[in-house]
Amino acid sequence: MGERGRLAEGLRAYWLIAGMWVRSAMTYRTSFVVTMCGNGLMTAMDFVAILLMYAQIDSLGGWTLPEVAFLYGLSATSFGIADLVLGSMDVLGARIRDGSFDTLLVRPAPVLAQIGADRFAVRRLGRITQGGAVLGWALAAVDIDWTLPKVLLVPVMVVSGAAIFCSLFVAGAAFQILAQDASEVQNAFTYGGTTLLQYPPTVFGKDLVRGVTFMLPLAFVNWVPASYVLGRPYPLDLPEWAAFAPPLVAVACCAAAGLAWRAGLGAYRSTGS
Amino acid sequence: MGAGRLYVTVAAGGFRRYATYRAATAAGVFTNTVFGVILVYTYLALWDEKPHLGGYDQAQAVTYVWLGQCLYATLAIQGGGAEKDLMDRIRTGEIAVDLYRPADLQLWWLASDLGRSLFQLLGRGVVPFAFGALFFPMALPAGAGPWLACLVALLLAMVVSFAIRYLAALSVFWLLDGMGVSQAVMIAGVFFSGIVLPLNAFPGAFGDLVQVLPWAAQIQMPADVLMDEIDPWRAFAFQAAWAVVLLAAGRLLQSAATRRVVVQGG
Repeated sequence: MGERGRLAEGLRAYWLIAGMWVRSAMTYRTSFVVTMCGNGLMTAMDFVAILLMYAQIDSLGGWTLPEVAFLYGLSATSFGIADLVLGSMDVLGARIRDGSFDTLLVRPAPVLAQIGADRFAVRRLGRITQGGAVLGWALAAVDIDWTLPKVLLVPVMVVSGAAIFCSLFVAGAAFQILAQDASEVQNAFTYGGTTLLQYPPTVFGKDLVRGVTFMLPLAFVNWVPASYVLGRPYPLDLPEWAAFAPPLVAVACCAAAGLAWRAGLGAYRSTGS
Repeated sequence: MGAGRLYVTVAAGGFRRYATYRAATAAGVFTNTVFGVILVYTYLALWDEKPHLGGYDQAQAVTYVWLGQCLYATLAIQGGGAEKDLMDRIRTGEIAVDLYRPADLQLWWLASDLGRSLFQLLGRGVVPFAFGALFFPMALPAGAGPWLACLVALLLAMVVSFAIRYLAALSVFWLLDGMGVSQAVMIAGVFFSGIVLPLNAFPGAFGDLVQVLPWAAQIQMPADVLMDEIDPWRAFAFQAAWAVVLLAAGRLLQSAATRRVVVQGG
């Protein structure tokens, strides 16, 4: 079977498993609505903190509230999509510990699709909705000289950003195969990453910005392309074309995460329980 | 076995239970440190823009961040302590066994949660705090007095934190599912405890309000005691008052629940 066949098979398996979880969530409709609102409210706390800050200042690191809301909206929406698609992967460590991961290995479907769709939680639409609402408000409130490339760049950022965060989830899952109980390490990169990107790059130390540009390329989720859209100087004086690099960065990240996942799966040793 | 010894044993059990997961603890330390670094930079920018916000200078704001990261798991700011187990036991009906035991339900869970808190403080809280002190300028007291006072404030904070979560857990007797309550505990905890922003930096009348709610007893009070921003006795009195009120409410709810309870499960 070729690569393309495997991909189609994986997507089909993902679709079937996710669909099952959606149907099960829809059995308790009120509970679903309440938890989705709760999910949105929970993630809104980050933005409320930003609003509380701006209630007392006009700019943070030289960025105004609508500009920061633009960063926040992009970061929260792309992370929300990744969280919806692969966010349940932190159960992997628990599955390895209790031995139920072995069951996934013998099923005739790609393991990544099975574990990715495991406990698929539709309530996570709450985060996407909340991030999208902030992004919408920011786009209306911020002062931008719209050109065609800028308009096109916005959806490209959201999709590439989601792919970059997805690759973090997959790499984190690969790490969990090696260090089962340490699933929280991945939170530092996923949740930590999205929190970091909600603030302007000018706030952070140069070394930290360098790290999340060249080592873990989170800066391409929003910092660099958003600077282009807003007509602001790039972090680290990157070249002009760097704003259009997100899709390439996303592809590279996904390829690296795929390799990490294969390596992790190859090194898997069952607990035997 | 004396009653006192029983609860000490329960607390030791809570401590040991969490101490078992070393890799998870190390992972938590790492995550708290990363979040601390991110928050420190945003606070530095904020205090740069508005010096003396909430009466803190930059070093105090940095100290607040690291104390917050140190107490995040210790005080189960977003839930996930003893109340999670208690909710599960109520949901499955195993609570019936607990009610049979010749021990007080509230004290039993308080002891168990204090054991957990103590481990989280030592295992998960100290390292990020030390990291912060090493790499960022912090406003730490020179003498032993404020440190000791801070420890007392921490103990009271642990009790208040438990008392809030115990009330939430007992609601499962009526609601039968703890998911919504856990979410509410999480949202209120994250927001009102001041983990996102020090409560004294909240603007206006809203700022005054959040500083008298019980969540203010958790991070704000120990931080202010440590940095000598408040008379320690006033802080202790505030925390103790909330502890007594909330524990008493827990007791009332507990007796109401055990009187009406129809145990779930088979």
